[in-house]
Amino acid sequence: MELLYALTLGVLTMSGVYLLLRARTFPVVVGLTLISYAVNLFLFAMGRLHTGKPAVLGQVAEHGDPLPQALVLTAIVIGFAMTAFALVLALRAQGELENDHVDGRGKR
Amino acid sequence: MDHLAILPILLPMFAGALLLLSGRASEGFKRSLCLLATLLQLPLAIALMAQASGGLQVYAAGNWMPPFGIVLVVDHLAALLLLVTAVLAIAAVVYAVRGDDLLGANFHALFQFQLMGINGAFLTGDLFNLFVFFEILLIASYALLLHGTGSARIRSGLHYVLLNLFGSALFLIAIGTLYGVTGTLNLTDLSQRVAQLPAPDAPLVGAAAMLLLVVFGLKAAVFPLYFWLPKAYAAATPPVAALFAIMTKVGIYSILRIYTQVFGDTAGPLADLANGWLWPAALLTLVLGTIGALAASTLNGLISYLLVVSVGTLLAGLALDSHDALVGSLYYLIHSTWVCGALFLFAGIISRCRGPRFVGRLVPGPALSRPTLLSGLFFLAAISVIGLPPLSGFIGKLLLLRAAETGVAAGWLYSLLLGSGLVSIIAFSRAGSTLFWRTDPAAAAGGSVDNVRLVAVLALLLCSPLLVVFAGPLLDYLTITVDQLLDPQEYARQVLSMQINTSGGGH
Repeated sequence: MELLYALTLGVLTMSGVYLLLRARTFPVVVGLTLISYAVNLFLFAMGRLHTGKPAVLGQVAEHGDPLPQALVLTAIVIGFAMTAFALVLALRAQGELENDHVDGRGKR
Repeated sequence: MDHLAILPILLPMFAGALLLLSGRASEGFKRSLCLLATLLQLPLAIALMAQASGGLQVYAAGNWMPPFGIVLVVDHLAALLLLVTAVLAIAAVVYAVRGDDLLGANFHALFQFQLMGINGAFLTGDLFNLFVFFEILLIASYALLLHGTGSARIRSGLHYVLLNLFGSALFLIAIGTLYGVTGTLNLTDLSQRVAQLPAPDAPLVGAAAMLLLVVFGLKAAVFPLYFWLPKAYAAATPPVAALFAIMTKVGIYSILRIYTQVFGDTAGPLADLANGWLWPAALLTLVLGTIGALAASTLNGLISYLLVVSVGTLLAGLALDSHDALVGSLYYLIHSTWVCGALFLFAGIISRCRGPRFVGRLVPGPALSRPTLLSGLFFLAAISVIGLPPLSGFIGKLLLLRAAETGVAAGWLYSLLLGSGLVSIIAFSRAGSTLFWRTDPAAAAGGSVDNVRLVAVLALLLCSPLLVVFAGPLLDYLTITVDQLLDPQEYARQVLSMQINTSGGGH
């Protein structure tokens, strides 16, 4: 499970960084989203990977670590809001600069 | 429990929410509410400063005890920075209510949320909470930066937003790694765990710590991560740019907090981890900022690059990592925040006087309406920000240079800091002579000077001589501040002892 998890994170981050370097607003926003997925999964994994261990105290003898789950929830909400903002900004940049390059002056 | 510590966060939060709800209320109401909420920050900061002088104040949110609950810690440093923010914010709001707030929607609400993020970042004693407050101040700053119109603003805003989104991802990776290895995010608890870190875990924690340095370096605009700043700040409206003068200092504050308290002298295998990197980064920031200031073609650009120079200067003080150097850095931090804020507001007044065709561009423009007053103010601000006697910039630089003592480090710092001062004099003389003396008779006369805006600038500028007059008591305060910072064991004892104090009576 650890290997699969690590590979998933690696592929997500790699794709994210690739898209980020495309320097066009839409791929950049998608790239940032992929990176934030990878980061959220990474944060979640920091409570160690288990199966069958609920993160609620007193239910079972051995419980999972609830804190990374709380952190990840916060991070998801913040990341979601930020992505929405970046998307709106990208649209406005497209409208005002008539160009989707992040510098606003690439090839159309 | 005393709830004073959380008020600097709650007050702007509720004021901001109320301002959002009263979207259709009259501008007068919104302006007075915003002004009132900002003015209240000042007595609050002073009260917290008085409280901090009596000892460390720890506020456990929801009465969950550290290290498990989230804590706010009011120490000397946090209280002082709250005061710096409050003074700057009051001047910015007073300036903004004269019309700059109408350039876009919801200026006042965003302003309050920005203050909430800044205050929270200074007060929090928890790494993840620091991330949350960073995001609050960032999302408010994104919207404030785009306040108004213009394609330059959109372009620089896009860079700013995308870079900071990536920075946030790095911040989370660092937080995740630290939590995964040490099992805590409370800063004081973290410092104790790091001190007793088993050797095999050290490289992983070290990597996380360096990632944090990248994130804070991006916020603080340190070389090579400062390229977003001059464009973004030069494009922002004057009150927003003035408030942003404290934003780079939030990055500096985080570097100071993390690398003295968590990865400082007591951090075992990771002691003084960042110092080797901070020193060259600081000097390069100083040099490149100075070159940028010389090459700037607008007044706003010039001031933005001076902000970069001040970041380099501050960081050099942090990298020297001695008691005196930290005292000097903190003094310089207060000075540069207020004076750079005043300069941004002043540049707004000048742009307005010169009319929309010339704004702050450093080319001969129309004759100004009150040249003696404006050029006098410009002269004072320039003297202060460059660091010439008798104003506060001089004392700040003097303290830093004295702290460098002798040796190779002193050689570098003396030559670069004084050289940067000289080049800044040239840049300012050029800018001043173009703005005030080389007038273009053919140009149409610009607008007049607004007195309320002028008062905002004057009030901030007046802080510079005040910093000189009250340098004695201030330096005493800063000495205690740095003592507290450099003694993480005593700090941790006070924060974590809360558990025992209130475990019976907590409710």
